[in-house]
Amino acid sequence: MTRHYSALSLLREGIAGQTGWEKAWRSPDPKASYDAIIIGGGGHGLATAYYLAKNHGVTNVALLEKGWIGGGNTGRNTTVVRSNYFYPESAAIYGLAHSLYKTLSKDLNYNVMFSARGILTLAHSEAGMETAARSVNAIQVNGIDCELFSVEDVRRVVPIYNFGPDARYPVYGGTWQPSGGTARHDAVAWGYARAASRLGVDIIQNCEITDFIIENGRCRGVVTSRGAIRAERTGMAVAGHSSVLAAKAGFRLPINSYALQACVSEPVKPILDTVVISPDTGVYVSQSDKGELVIGGALDRIPSYGQRGNLPVLEGVIAGMLEMFPIFGQLKMMRQWAGIVDVVPDSSPIIGESPLPGLFLNCGWGTGGFKAIPAGGTLLAHLLATGRHHDISRPFDLDRFARGRLIDEAAGSGIAH
Amino acid sequence: MQLFPCPFCGPREESEFHYGGEAGNLRPDGTDVTAERWAGYLHMRDNPKGPTREIWMHLTCGEFFAMSRDSVSHKVSGSSALGETEHGA
Repeated sequence: MTRHYSALSLLREGIAGQTGWEKAWRSPDPKASYDAIIIGGGGHGLATAYYLAKNHGVTNVALLEKGWIGGGNTGRNTTVVRSNYFYPESAAIYGLAHSLYKTLSKDLNYNVMFSARGILTLAHSEAGMETAARSVNAIQVNGIDCELFSVEDVRRVVPIYNFGPDARYPVYGGTWQPSGGTARHDAVAWGYARAASRLGVDIIQNCEITDFIIENGRCRGVVTSRGAIRAERTGMAVAGHSSVLAAKAGFRLPINSYALQACVSEPVKPILDTVVISPDTGVYVSQSDKGELVIGGALDRIPSYGQRGNLPVLEGVIAGMLEMFPIFGQLKMMRQWAGIVDVVPDSSPIIGESPLPGLFLNCGWGTGGFKAIPAGGTLLAHLLATGRHHDISRPFDLDRFARGRLIDEAAGSGIAH
Repeated sequence: MQLFPCPFCGPREESEFHYGGEAGNLRPDGTDVTAERWAGYLHMRDNPKGPTREIWMHLTCGEFFAMSRDSVSHKVSGSSALGETEHGA
């Protein structure tokens, strides 16, 4: 069977009629016990499984997914990867993710199509430019590449933008992270799944958690739709459904779940070779390698677990997109969808041991989880393997809410969330 | 566009409303409230999947009220003026 992906194996399989490819990952039945359980087969869960095996040699691991892997927010986001954050704690965590993304295709032997095409966050007023300058200074001090753009710079990078004299949101400039970009979201899930499975992790799909096994005040495993599975350490990475699992484990989280919508147009020839974010219209746009324009915007302001999204926000996003790029007015929209995101008061993730000992959290990424997948996986794997925080995850512990040491990124991020 | 029932104005478009939080999250009283209790009031949420009771504001009339809703189907089962359970006696 052909295991390794390369030009040579493509050629060989082409000649052999594509009959020798090994399945990308195994689908074993669950065992009665493991060294560690990971709940959630999205990017963060799969990355946790991979790094647990690769960095810590813990391979007797079950990854449990209630649906199919990559079917939640990992398959519903707009694929943007960036690390231009305001606070040093955030720069460390998103910077770790960004640096791992750069070499991920090689690490996983799976092309995740990471493309450092640059990210432009626009400023639409003089006050906006001052905020942008402050932001650029902070990001540079954090050691992240970032530049302040003038109108001329913006015109050079996005000539099709609406620079007209009657533009509702005129461009004054913006901030530019040249090393930011996009990656193929499904490939990130599938690449991590394949690599983790190779290292011995059992990936078990269609396996829903119905309860936790709690003995002497400690989490000793989970009860699932496919039977009880025991482990000394359990990690959960279930994004918008974190509160639902927390309720089963007997605690609450500082999370509100909201729908975040996105949509794509019909595929067209290359016209936009970067990611453009406009905080004032509340819209961001990029073009996928397939040619579709990928459009995202703000949250639906109605707490929701319905993966659909409501009309008023979609209407606002389309209106904003047309204001930014009048040329896109002729495009037909092909698909619209929503993912359920876990929004935290300070817009920063929660990583650490939960109030139930033996159960560890990776949640609260809100609207920005995709870009953080390699870091979320690395840090939760570290917790599961050692029982202790990695230096980078310590500031993001759940205890920050009682201590008041919040890491408020709402102002530091390009778009409110 | 979904219609939400304001108990004072009747059914209006969802964009006229602002979410105000979970019903029954009462502010702790007294001088000996622990940091954990404050964090619970300020930040911790039930965030239920399914039936939920919430505080909403109708921006056009400025009134707060309680609404019962399903967070998956978005079906509204009723709304009422605030009572003692929502804002304390």
